[in-house]
Amino acid sequence: MKPLELKLNGDTQVIVTREFAASPEAVFRAHVEPDLIRQWMLGPDGWTMPECVADFRPGGSFRYVWANEEGESFSITGECIACEPFSRLEHIERMHLPDPTPDNHIVTTFDPDGEGTLMTMVMTLPSAEVRSTMLGTGMERGMEVSYQRLEALLG
Amino acid sequence: MIVLYNDLVQTLDLNAPFAALADPTRRAILARLCQGEAGVMELAAPFNLSQPAISRHLKVLENAGLITRRVDRTRRPCKVVPEAVDELTSWLSRLRVAMEANYARLDQLLAQPTNDDNNETSRT
Repeated sequence: MKPLELKLNGDTQVIVTREFAASPEAVFRAHVEPDLIRQWMLGPDGWTMPECVADFRPGGSFRYVWANEEGESFSITGECIACEPFSRLEHIERMHLPDPTPDNHIVTTFDPDGEGTLMTMVMTLPSAEVRSTMLGTGMERGMEVSYQRLEALLG
Repeated sequence: MIVLYNDLVQTLDLNAPFAALADPTRRAILARLCQGEAGVMELAAPFNLSQPAISRHLKVLENAGLITRRVDRTRRPCKVVPEAVDELTSWLSRLRVAMEANYARLDQLLAQPTNDDNNETSRT
């Protein structure tokens, strides 16, 4: 089982790969069915997903809202572009922090890999500048802002 | 709120920084240092901790690459490494942390028999 791999590709892409010890169907369903999504897509400990609405038919939309015990919350909304059970998902999403981040175009593929599944997620940001900003590189930022983000991050 | 999964984070640089920041005192120390350089005495005062205790925390932060210390006569003032804090707070880092936690949880979920299977089994 290979661990999570996150790498940059070209100027605008981030590619994530991860292997799972389950069938592509099971991994795919865990990405599109709200009852399953809200059991694992919770980020760091301490967060829950009080709202999880997902319609992964082409043209459908989804909305995930996370909250923690400190009363903080943020959300992701998105729209499904294509859905090929149980092998490929294409969608657009953005985070609301609460201001929306630029749209992230994501293609996720679920390929059989021995007994398991190799998931590959290709994220494409609108521009090199957006990706660079999102990655926090080449960006002058006050320490106070960083610290506030750090606090949000650390809960 | 950071949970580390050893099998997942081996390839990531973020293991040490996040482990270092799992402690609330160290988070508070880093917060103080984000406002500017400070020595052990200054850091010890607000936290009601002994200097050796503060020094131990500083050592962890230093080993994690989050702060650096310089020698100034008898003092060893500390300051944050902005790049390291930026790295921690960047979108990519948050993404990594969230995904590490998510996929470890998904592994658990996938390892369970599904409800459908349970229902099938209970019926047959």
